[in-house]
Amino acid sequence: MNAAARSLLARALIVLLMAVTLLPFLSMFSAALAPSGTYPNGLEWPSDPQWINFVKAFEVANMGELLKSSALIVLGVVPVSVLIATMAGYGLAKLTSNRYKWLYLVFVAGLTLPFEAVITPLYYEVRALGLLNTRFAIILPLIGLYMPFSVYWMRAHFLNVPNDLTEAAQLDGATRWDEFWKVQVPLARPAIMSLMILLFLWTWNQFLLPVVLVRDPLQRTMAGALGAFQGQWGTDVPLLCAGSLLILAPTIILFLIFQRQFVAALMQGAVKG
Amino acid sequence: MQVKTASGSNRNDQGKRLPRKKGSRKSRLVAWVFITPAAVVYAGFVLVPLLMSVYYSLLRWDGIGKARFNGLANYVVVMTDPDLLQIIGNSFLLVFYFTVIPVGLGLAVASAIRSHMGGPFGTATRTILFLPQVIPLVAAGIAWSWMYANSGLVNQFLRAVGLESWARGWLGDFTFALPAMGMIGAWVLLGLCIMLLVTGITKIDPSLYEAARLDGAGAWDEFRYVTLPGLRQEIGVCVTVTIIQALAAFDIVYIATGGGPGINTTVPGLEIYRLAFAHRQVGLASALAIVLMILVLVSIAPVQWFTRERKQ
Repeated sequence: MNAAARSLLARALIVLLMAVTLLPFLSMFSAALAPSGTYPNGLEWPSDPQWINFVKAFEVANMGELLKSSALIVLGVVPVSVLIATMAGYGLAKLTSNRYKWLYLVFVAGLTLPFEAVITPLYYEVRALGLLNTRFAIILPLIGLYMPFSVYWMRAHFLNVPNDLTEAAQLDGATRWDEFWKVQVPLARPAIMSLMILLFLWTWNQFLLPVVLVRDPLQRTMAGALGAFQGQWGTDVPLLCAGSLLILAPTIILFLIFQRQFVAALMQGAVKG
Repeated sequence: MQVKTASGSNRNDQGKRLPRKKGSRKSRLVAWVFITPAAVVYAGFVLVPLLMSVYYSLLRWDGIGKARFNGLANYVVVMTDPDLLQIIGNSFLLVFYFTVIPVGLGLAVASAIRSHMGGPFGTATRTILFLPQVIPLVAAGIAWSWMYANSGLVNQFLRAVGLESWARGWLGDFTFALPAMGMIGAWVLLGLCIMLLVTGITKIDPSLYEAARLDGAGAWDEFRYVTLPGLRQEIGVCVTVTIIQALAAFDIVYIATGGGPGINTTVPGLEIYRLAFAHRQVGLASALAIVLMILVLVSIAPVQWFTRERKQ
């Protein structure tokens, strides 16, 4: 009986937690359906749901362009970051002796660096490069800022790969380059996939860099555009909520499809980071 | 004498290594080929800006005109200016909400639900609890500004249970803005902490729980003597992650309150942004940035030390 009661209590607790997690979204959703320009109540199904708000928000926020911009930034950041971090992780784990431990330490020294600590000089640096207000102003610094985690992540993976593999590949006369591409990278696929998911999320949700370095919301990431959208439509609650939900939709849909991979990546990411 | 022998043996060593030297030089070159691209972007967009931050922090500079060397004056301002001290204090208050609540509550919840995470129900739980981790913090800020608004859900709930007098514009309230802000962070981080802790608990040897039960241990003893020690590492992870989030907060504050009312919810991240780009005090902004970076390091170092120590 005791066990049954405990189990019931645990389930009730879980349901309560889920409710608390979901309520802000539901509240936004109900507000998004209220007539534009009104002040709806927190959670209340409107008598006459205004689905048109979503259409309006789609046009006002220029969602098509936003999606394109975020996608371009992700495409600029993630593949390059993953490639060079995988190479560096392999290099640090397998090709260097203890004498080069310092190099690895220099990389991981950046793990806890708040982006705010470098945002001011980044602004002047990006301006000097003539990249201010372009997507490269977000892409290039992000690749650099992701290196501590990405290199740390990939090195940790390669440390666990037995050295016999390398020896076997070398007996076959493979160069390090061949071995890297034909043996190591295929084996590293799970680690690479997780890294890609994390970098995708972090890029898509990046806010500070777009706000400081790119003025035009249409050249920003989704999160940066959301900030601008709030600045412009903050007083129109239904429209703001509809727009925010639209801007959230792509990530949430991806998350629901690849739920297992996302959860695994986020958990490992936290543990290792 | 000793020096001589040392150098002599060194030379011998080099002589012995000579045949392999060519190979080792080549392999060193290969290593650099692999490492250089990452090192270059890292240096260019992290290390150089970091050094520039240190350099700027010693200047008095409006970002446009001539900079003047200012010594450590900016650091003195950061350490003594009452507003800046309050701003730094705010971020430590946020640690309570971002760290203590998710980890404390997370521990309680995780040990209560540990055996209920299998099957489709578990999957649904995981998916929903992770939702706040997937959305941008900006979105969490917008959603919660709406929750806390005058006609928002929080006040609606208070009115429904007869606590009208408590209803207020939470984020504009001088007393409650910071706690309200903190609860947004708690909402974002609670799910992650619970999931990490639950996963940690499932790794604890079940026979330990069995033994505790045979010894007649109650739920509390079980938690105190089995769960808690077994979760040392996971707790360390949660605390580290959440402290960094609290001290380096920017997105949520920028969106939900803009630092107000007054400077009641301003945090260092937001103040750096303001000082550098609105008030044109690049030197002071950079000094605050360096202080923030050091504060993060100093705050998480003991956590790392404490959670790694007894693991070995």
